[in-house]
Amino acid sequence: MTSTIEPEIGRARLRKEDARLIAGRTRWTDNLALPGLLHMAVARSPMAHARITNIDVDAARRMPGVLAVFTGADLAGEQGSLPCAWPITEDMKSPDAPSIAVEEVNFAGEAVAVVVARSAYEAADALEAVDVDYDELPVVLDLEGAVADGADLVHPDLGTNASATWVFDSAEAGTGTDVERAIADAEVLIERTYRQQRLIPAFMEPRSVVVDPTGEQLTMWSATQIPHILRVMLAMTLSVPEHKVRVIAPDVGGGFGGKLQVTPEEILTFLVARRLGKPVKWTETRSESLLSAHHGRDQVQKLTLAARRDGTVTGLKVELLADMGAYLRLVTPGVPILGAFMFNAIYKFPAYRFACTNVFTNKTPTDAYRGAGRPEATYAIERLMDELAAELGVDPIEIRERNWIRHEEFPFDTVAGLTYDSGNYEAATAKAKELFGYDALRAEQRERRERGDTVQLGIGTSTFTEMCGLAPSRVLGALSYAAGGWEHAAVRMLPTGKVEVVTGSSPHGQGHETAWSQIVADQLGVPFEDVEVLHGDTQSSHRGMDTYGSRSLTVGAMAVVRAADKVKAKAAKVAAHMLEAAEDDVEFAGGAFGVRGAGAEAKSVSIQDVALAVFAAHDLPDGVEPSLDSEATFDPENFSFPHGTHLCAAEVDTETGRVTIRSYVAVDDVGKVVNPLIVEGQVHGGLAQGIAQALYEEAVHDESGTLTTGTLADYLVPSAVDLPEFTTDRTETAATSNALGVKGVGEAGTIASTPAVVNAVVDAVRHLGVSDVQMPCTPMRVWQAIRTGRTDAGGLGGEAGGGLGSINPEGGAR
Amino acid sequence: MIPAAFDYVAPTTVDDAVRALAEAGEDAKVIAGGQSLLPVLRMRLAAPSMLVDLGKVAELRGVREDGDTLVVGAMTTHYDVQRDPLVREHARLLALATNVVADPQVRHRGTFGGSLAHADPAGDLLAPALALDAELVVAGMDGRRTIPAAEFFADFFTTSMRSGEILCEVRVPKKTGWSAHYEKFNRVAQAWSIVAVAAAVLVDDGTITEARVGLTNMAATPVRATAVESALVGQPATAEAITAAAQHAAEGTSPAADGNADAEFRQHLARVLTSRAVSAAVGA
Repeated sequence: MTSTIEPEIGRARLRKEDARLIAGRTRWTDNLALPGLLHMAVARSPMAHARITNIDVDAARRMPGVLAVFTGADLAGEQGSLPCAWPITEDMKSPDAPSIAVEEVNFAGEAVAVVVARSAYEAADALEAVDVDYDELPVVLDLEGAVADGADLVHPDLGTNASATWVFDSAEAGTGTDVERAIADAEVLIERTYRQQRLIPAFMEPRSVVVDPTGEQLTMWSATQIPHILRVMLAMTLSVPEHKVRVIAPDVGGGFGGKLQVTPEEILTFLVARRLGKPVKWTETRSESLLSAHHGRDQVQKLTLAARRDGTVTGLKVELLADMGAYLRLVTPGVPILGAFMFNAIYKFPAYRFACTNVFTNKTPTDAYRGAGRPEATYAIERLMDELAAELGVDPIEIRERNWIRHEEFPFDTVAGLTYDSGNYEAATAKAKELFGYDALRAEQRERRERGDTVQLGIGTSTFTEMCGLAPSRVLGALSYAAGGWEHAAVRMLPTGKVEVVTGSSPHGQGHETAWSQIVADQLGVPFEDVEVLHGDTQSSHRGMDTYGSRSLTVGAMAVVRAADKVKAKAAKVAAHMLEAAEDDVEFAGGAFGVRGAGAEAKSVSIQDVALAVFAAHDLPDGVEPSLDSEATFDPENFSFPHGTHLCAAEVDTETGRVTIRSYVAVDDVGKVVNPLIVEGQVHGGLAQGIAQALYEEAVHDESGTLTTGTLADYLVPSAVDLPEFTTDRTETAATSNALGVKGVGEAGTIASTPAVVNAVVDAVRHLGVSDVQMPCTPMRVWQAIRTGRTDAGGLGGEAGGGLGSINPEGGAR
Repeated sequence: MIPAAFDYVAPTTVDDAVRALAEAGEDAKVIAGGQSLLPVLRMRLAAPSMLVDLGKVAELRGVREDGDTLVVGAMTTHYDVQRDPLVREHARLLALATNVVADPQVRHRGTFGGSLAHADPAGDLLAPALALDAELVVAGMDGRRTIPAAEFFADFFTTSMRSGEILCEVRVPKKTGWSAHYEKFNRVAQAWSIVAVAAAVLVDDGTITEARVGLTNMAATPVRATAVESALVGQPATAEAITAAAQHAAEGTSPAADGNADAEFRQHLARVLTSRAVSAAVGA
């Protein structure tokens, strides 16, 4: 019997999942074929805000292969309202959120009819025959305009476009002093307005849903991050008994928060399948995905930082407008609130105030996108720290060092009311500077400035932290979130000694099967290959809170550890009996139980031996049930706080405005590392998405609310050739909030990198009079900023086909 | 994404293709490599009743010499153009521009003739064809005719080909011994050009004796920067002289505005990129 000698945790194992994913041997939702499967297609509104005056579906119904066409009126009685699980304030205004519009459409892309046909082709053909008449209504797009007096209203019955205002004030909370006082007393004030452009998650696998209503349980397959939450929400939204619904998330091709949703299409597929009594599939086109799947970010951030002339920060005031889009989806209102605790970042602000007003517009709803609230916060503070450094003529790293929490000060209670358990910002920064060649690059920058080189060099810093591993249930409760943040796991010992691990986490690209196998191999002393991880099916994995917010390792894997502990405790009793020893004298090491102090030659029983003995159950101690299987539910006491120092060197061609990242160093502290390869992959992917926000991606709407970046030719997702070679390294400060010492890593790269890149761009041309360039830093914006000081170039105002969408073309960000 | 239904025919000769197109009438469309047409079909921005696929017409593929002219078959893929020794030797500009069309997958499917017939002013091969004084041979029911590149590109996505005509080959006068460079400016690698400059110059003993400069995406059609060409001829092949000549690059252009660039920025880029393209060509 083999047992693991070398620890699995820390090994750079290739992922178990990869062979089937790379070779296309898995079954994505869209690959599922059921007998008699019908195909649904969705007709969508081209109007951003309009009253539906007539829908003529007769021609569509007569098209070949079409079985049914439904409009909002047909489904109004049973569709309920799409759930929002995060009412951030008691007086939050939330409109009814239909899956299919009944009388009015509120964003371009909203469903107005569904066609069901025998093939996807026939359904697509029939869509063109659906004829909808609209009466246009005034379109609300601009965030500041939406909350101005006399603004047109997205939902007139609400009487306002402001959904809610959420405030945190350190003086009121008792976590700090009064920020207005700090501002009044400030020796230096940095006042800026930054814009977080709207982004589109752009996961690789389009969303897809199959519903089979023919069994006793109604089964839904969905390309979702949240099969467990989805099941509960289907039950609550559609009044179907929870035990009659099974949800399966098979292999899912990426999500980035974009599949943390209960979607209109999931509800519609469910309703249509139930109505017809036949299995129905809906798979979106890429165009539909870009248009109608929820978007991310989209904030205007008004920021005031107070400091002394010696560089000590004394206060931070944050006033946000956050674009909800037309409706509140699952966690839409809470996304900007997640940022509330992160604007103070790693710095010792004595006074802090955060106020966010959530605003309705006639655009696709926003919701979680990789980082969800924390990238926005991190961007703001890391840009401000560079601005403060520039104002005082101090090196940007030096200004951070004067204000950050020193490693001996942990655990540290922050002004936002969190307790950071551990960290070592000095170590990560020192390592990053060395890898980067900081001093040499600064020298080159000086030399090129003096020479007046056409291509200028800039250096950007981001010393970020984030809160992740969502989350302690009591904290989520305090934030008015409707659910808890625990996670469930089960470990099953099979008779032959193999192990099944059931997890409530729901991987969609993260590699949980590999990581969980490594953890369980160490816990139980079984070979890595002997562990099978089951997930994503509410029938096999009956309890779960799913995967988002970098929570799976810190919460989900901890549940696995706890379940494995219980297996070992049960096995110890049986092993003691088999060894004819007292339980207290039995110890477990290397996958086998032996009598403590009996020596290497003494008799021992492996955990596999115990599993077989328990299966036979011929000779168990009195009162011991014949099973080693165990479950655990873990609820953490705190978030985890990964941190790191990212340094970016960017070259700016002052003649063309083109930005080229020359080098990028990311030193991340994600605590104990289970699999370095997976961590590396998460960091690389995260960096790509964070850099994309800085330089490339932006969802743009024209004056009528039409998404003008509706294809991947217009919405610029960078590919490998557009990104630099990344230099990554780590420091390792164990988290104290979980036994594994782990922190989340899924969002870190995205959160950290955006400000590092923009800081580098601004640093390259600051001597030319530039103090900001609006994201994404396109060549035209950079060129205009150098030439005229304008930061927001690139729009055509009201003209269709271009434009900056929600931003006022005259003003833009200050 | 699912296109509307269409009929499909794949003839094996130009004559059969022309006949098929004539029989199918106005709603028919020719498909070459499909790299532009297929996305349009899938998004249902076009719904032709018939596709005439030229993929099996062998006589439309390949590169050959005809005296002082290179003849490039319309169905020659970008990949085959960029690695063709004759193209590299006698029409280096074309090889360089082809090398930066989209991505490798597109270059293996997309064709030279397809790109030209599509007439997207942001396409990378139009300006080189124009700059090199290419002639385009088209075939229809009335036989073959030859159209100079300067007359071929009529407007956005519009050529002077008549309905029912097929682009067969592109005749490119040899520019053996010329220096060339294609300077492409875009935001991500696989994107279309915001602006690009195609430059080919002949240098004799340090002096520019001939110059051809074509601009991508500076109007509804590709544009010849004739003022730059005139200003370059007779000048020394130095950075200073080239930069001075390049200041004429935006003359006579009427670029569109979009989210990536307004007209003013495009005209600015044309000057900067022209200077860089010519300098790179001559190694200045």
